Amino acid sequence: MSVPVSRRSAAVIGGVAAALLLAACGSSTSTTASSAAPSATNADPACADYASYGSFAGTTVSVFTSILPPEQQLFEKSWAQFSKCTGITVKYEGSDQFEAQLPTRIAGGNAPDIAFIPQPGLLAKLVTNGGPKEAPAATAANADKYWNPAWKTYGTVDGKFYAAPLGSNMKSFVWYSPKIWKAKGYTVPKTWDEMFALSDKMLADGIKPWCGGIESGGATGWLATDWLEQIVLRQNGGDVYDKWVSHDIKFDSPEITKAMDTLNGWMRNAKYANAGFGDTKTIATTAFQDGGKPILPGKCGMYQQASFYANFWDGFQKGAKIAEDGDAFAFYLPPIGDAVKTPVVGGGEFVTAFSDKPEVQAFQTYLSSPTFATLKVKAGTWVSANSGVPLDSYTDPISKLSAQYLTDNTATFRFDASDLMPAAVGAGAEWKQMTAWFGENKDTAAVLKAIDASWPSS
Amino acid sequence: MNTASKLTLMVSVVLVFFGVLLIVFFLAGKAKNRFQTPLARLIFVGPAALLLLVGLVIPAIQTFLLSFKDANGKKTVGISNYSWIFTTEDNRQFLYNTALWIVVTPIVSTALGLTLALLLDRMKRESLPKALIFMPMAISFVGASIIWGLVYEYRDPIEGGEQVGLLSAVVMKLGWSDPPNWLLAQPLNNFLLIIIMIWIQVGFAMVVLSAAIKAIPADVTEAAMLDGAIGWSLFSKVTVPMIRGTLVVVLTTIAIGVLKVFDIVRTMTNGNFGTQVVANEMYAQSFVQFDYGRGSALAVVLFVAVVPLIVYNIVQLRKEQSIR
Repeated sequence: MSVPVSRRSAAVIGGVAAALLLAACGSSTSTTASSAAPSATNADPACADYASYGSFAGTTVSVFTSILPPEQQLFEKSWAQFSKCTGITVKYEGSDQFEAQLPTRIAGGNAPDIAFIPQPGLLAKLVTNGGPKEAPAATAANADKYWNPAWKTYGTVDGKFYAAPLGSNMKSFVWYSPKIWKAKGYTVPKTWDEMFALSDKMLADGIKPWCGGIESGGATGWLATDWLEQIVLRQNGGDVYDKWVSHDIKFDSPEITKAMDTLNGWMRNAKYANAGFGDTKTIATTAFQDGGKPILPGKCGMYQQASFYANFWDGFQKGAKIAEDGDAFAFYLPPIGDAVKTPVVGGGEFVTAFSDKPEVQAFQTYLSSPTFATLKVKAGTWVSANSGVPLDSYTDPISKLSAQYLTDNTATFRFDASDLMPAAVGAGAEWKQMTAWFGENKDTAAVLKAIDASWPSS
Repeated sequence: MNTASKLTLMVSVVLVFFGVLLIVFFLAGKAKNRFQTPLARLIFVGPAALLLLVGLVIPAIQTFLLSFKDANGKKTVGISNYSWIFTTEDNRQFLYNTALWIVVTPIVSTALGLTLALLLDRMKRESLPKALIFMPMAISFVGASIIWGLVYEYRDPIEGGEQVGLLSAVVMKLGWSDPPNWLLAQPLNNFLLIIIMIWIQVGFAMVVLSAAIKAIPADVTEAAMLDGAIGWSLFSKVTVPMIRGTLVVVLTTIAIGVLKVFDIVRTMTNGNFGTQVVANEMYAQSFVQFDYGRGSALAVVLFVAVVPLIVYNIVQLRKEQSIR
């Protein structure tokens, strides 16, 4: 450049660049150790419940997760008594770069003792590369006793059980406004047909029944894959769903095509959607956080979205009450017909150990126990699928309703399919193609073929 | 570890670092005779060379090697990652789009920057408008995209009621009753994204070109005017040739910036609706779908595309320096 740069300003630029580099390296992490006084006094009556875990004075277990404060403090509170009684100090480290950092740390010989892994797919990949240790018998016993049998299979790789579930979320919910429904005289539908009869009734009353948004930055499209999963499980049951996940049933098979056609008549139906935003194409450009916004002013009837959507209502209307008689609440997305018993799609984290030291195993077993889950539930806004947790421990109605379905051991529970499929499909082609399906009105057969084509050959 | 102890640790580490540096410099100063020059070179160039090697050269070689491996970076798969890039039907989209970005953005930014530089050159208080136009440079790409995302926001005029997007609101006031959902409108949406990049880069082009125009010796302009050059002929026959070198540097610098732009696309559309570019596809392949082979191959393609620009840029800089 023709502008001469003086040495001094060059040095300043260099300094700024170095500072930027440092700042870039410091991604958000938080580390604390809930230090316990390792005076495991077995005489303490409060420690009676913890005697079975043993005493490990002076030991430390490190936990690595994607869960950040303020949730971190609630976790620490929930195992404080365990720490005190067993003498195990738990060192908690949360990172927003968890998925990228964990494989690097394992490869570098710096694996944490325990990691909370949110995708069974990632767990399976880690097991293939070596690292995770099999769970002790006591943990497996807890998983058998307290969870819907489907959960244990997601923590199992090649017939060996590695990880028990921790927290869970319920995806089979439809959000609505009880206040408006009461004024209009609508009742919560119990079957799929009732739900669409209600949709038509809303149309006659001048309310568009459905709204939604699948925009989510780098993960745009995930909600659309959830919608498809709900229908696949409801129409075909668990076996077809499992075969779909393992690609024994292809995307362009009659089953999945039929599910897409059902979705086409629901969310890609210009008559029903997208209330408050525009045509069905706007579903692709509306943020999932905003998807249910038109419900409170009565412009939209319903939004199919997971339990965690409870966190967003306060942003739309200060102090919005989330309850069966409040401003917003959710009902269970009804089954299609009655061939499949209580279909539920959900997600959750899995406690994976990278060490088989006895104190690590003791902590792992504690995390799978109802004692821990009940304490954590009482700390607030957290759901466990552990059926040993009494339902009245839940402090808010939406968590309680979620737990009711997640702990139902007779329900047909399945994990979010896109989290189980290879990343090239579940975090790649399926998101992209479903977004094009909505945003560009792409042809169903072409969308399904394109997703199939992305399935890794090896 | 609490904040206070972290800060103390940071300060003490920095102090130790400077202490070590001082000792090294002191010892180097003691060196005499034939050791003096090579030692000085080693001390000044060594750390930079080491950092370049660790931070740039080695990763570049690793990326190149990875581009011939499978998704996990384990099995060698030959050139199949490259043939995937260039022969897959859907991938043509991001190749074309990247070409569009690289042609339109530098030319429009430089043309606008040059126009502004000329216009503002004669103003009395030029620093204020210049500062305002330069301001977007200080905004990160993601920040700028979020701002423009609000501009392009769409609500159906009948269904959604009040317009929340600035662009829709403006064109509707002007009488367009049914504006499209901007980010879905192909191929317009590509240009809407390019506008964001231009908005950011115009200030840079303007400031650098303005300085170059001011650096043209007054006697040259005077002589040209005496010979009868005014207006357009003065601009095209005198000003532009005099700042040609700077123009080329501005063009190539923006072009290099464009090749690596992925933040804007990622924030606005995530490459959906026909707006994907190579850099964003590279990020998605590497860090969302964890296909290191394809991601690395895309990185190599970008690298190869950017090399001629950098070489040209450096050659121009050298030429300019040799004239002076």
